[in-house]
Amino acid sequence: MTAIAIDRLHKSYGDIRAVDGVTFEVSPGEIFGMVGPNGAGKTTTIECLEGLRRPDEGRLSVLGLDPQRQGYELRERIGVQLQESSLPDRLKVREVMGLFAAFYRRSADSAALLEQLGLSEKAGAAFGQLSGGQKQRLFIALALINDPEIVFLDELTTGLDPQARRAMWDLVKGVRDRGKTVFLTTHYMEEAEKLCDRVAIIDHGKIVALDTPRNLVASLEAENRIVFSVEAPVDEAPFRAIQGVTRVEQSGGRIIIFGREDGLLVRVVMALDSAKIRFRDLRTEQPSLEDVFLALTGKEMRE
Amino acid sequence: MRGLWKLILVELKLYLREPAATFFTIVFAPMLLLLFGTIYGNKPNPFFGGRGMVDVSVPSYIALIIISVGFMGIPVATAANREAGVLRRFRMTPLRPEAYIISNIASYYVMTAIGVAALVVVGKAVYGMKFEGNILSVWAGFTLGSLAFFALGYLIAGVASTARIAQAVGMIAAFPMMFLSGSAIPLEVLPQSVRNISRFLPLTHVVTLMRGLWAGEGWAEHLTEVAVLGGVLIVGIILSARFFRWE
Ligand SMILES: Nc1ncnc2c1ncn2[C@@H]1O[C@H](COP(=O)(O)OP(=O)(O)OP(=O)(O)O)[C@@H](O)[C@H]1O
Ligand SMILES: [Mg+2]
Repeated sequence: MTAIAIDRLHKSYGDIRAVDGVTFEVSPGEIFGMVGPNGAGKTTTIECLEGLRRPDEGRLSVLGLDPQRQGYELRERIGVQLQESSLPDRLKVREVMGLFAAFYRRSADSAALLEQLGLSEKAGAAFGQLSGGQKQRLFIALALINDPEIVFLDELTTGLDPQARRAMWDLVKGVRDRGKTVFLTTHYMEEAEKLCDRVAIIDHGKIVALDTPRNLVASLEAENRIVFSVEAPVDEAPFRAIQGVTRVEQSGGRIIIFGREDGLLVRVVMALDSAKIRFRDLRTEQPSLEDVFLALTGKEMRE
Repeated sequence: MRGLWKLILVELKLYLREPAATFFTIVFAPMLLLLFGTIYGNKPNPFFGGRGMVDVSVPSYIALIIISVGFMGIPVATAANREAGVLRRFRMTPLRPEAYIISNIASYYVMTAIGVAALVVVGKAVYGMKFEGNILSVWAGFTLGSLAFFALGYLIAGVASTARIAQAVGMIAAFPMMFLSGSAIPLEVLPQSVRNISRFLPLTHVVTLMRGLWAGEGWAEHLTEVAVLGGVLIVGIILSARFFRWE
């Protein structure tokens, strides 16, 4: 049984091929993320799954239902947070929750949801008076109001401060731990890496990689990096000689040592010490999804 | 139709929270009545067939309330909700589009009716307004006129690309009609040349129908009005459904 199956989805707007032959499956109980730069086709894909946009080609199945023909049944069972939507400015938070709860056969405890999302104090506030991040959290609460089997979150943490973002990750993990499936999009690589069980990297409407974050990073076979600053230029030769070092780069007082073997850090620090080189800001960097994206598309993933 | 009643209640609350909408629907017409009533009183006048100014103005002002809701309230609110993305959020629930539209229309209808009630109360309490008609008939005529103009309002929202354009179109269509249809100024006062134009304005037919039914005339005398408004309603529904957009 798969929660979501999507087979050769195509969707164009005029000449723009927004989604160009996307295929994947999502299993029940996983957090599945789509990452990619602006305009990659994430929203188009997620809104086709929600039944909001009509695919040009391809077969979609969500909980075994066709989003176009069985949309009402589907919407009873899924929760949706749209990248772009709004509510009447003068509607109060509490009224929003009560109203949306009334649309569904099942409903979750809306006071508890507001509490979880840190909105209890705002229950009496009008939607128009909420800050951007508070609105975002209210939309997440709405996505959970029918205790859905699958939650679709399009850019769930855009507009949230770092603390709220962490809290949101915990919330999403909690949703998964209660047996629900989560389908989300993001352009934060860090978010995809920390939150998702599996990640699809999408660029120009095509999936360029799909796996667990760990496997994606491992598949790169990329080196770890040791980075530090020095006051004056140094001779690179002693570092090249260290066992496991593959490459050394030096520019503007910053030195990056690339290598793969365990114990590299200790050997580098010992070499620094014996050469009496004064250094600052030493840190190690592991390859991340960011590097995967760079390797696969040849460009930096930036907002 | 789960959630329909809840949605109607919420829509009514939201309407009452909009000061401008509430003013034009509930306060404006009674205020106008008090203003002209103070100036002219409600003495029987041969000019109005032996009725007073207030007796004639109340049914006419009903048309004024109808057009302000239909042409100024509905187009802006509908287009603004679409523009902001409110409609697409509702679409992501199992709520049926029909249920959304019905609740919307119902809330406008109730607000318009409240406006009419306020007007009648002022007319009766302050001026001892005469009513010679049948309440059910008047209510049916009011409903026909309201729904016809609401349909046109949704049509304006559908064809206008933004809320601002919807507002401009609604106003441009509404203002001349208010003054030339006999809703704000009695038809009897208008020169013949203007009355020739009036016949082609749908709002004139609301005024004529309401005044006739108010004075106790039968439906048989108003087949033209019924045909025109019925036609506007049907064409309005077809076209507004055709042009309706969720986003
Ligand atoms: N309604 C539309 N009409 C025309 N073009 C569209 C429409 N929606 C999206 N596009 C185009 O399709 C492409 C994919 O857009 P989409 O919104 O799916 O990207 P995204 O990955 O969600 O981007 P972002 O990270 O900015 O939200 C873009 O080039 C966009 O300009
Ligand atoms: Mg998007």
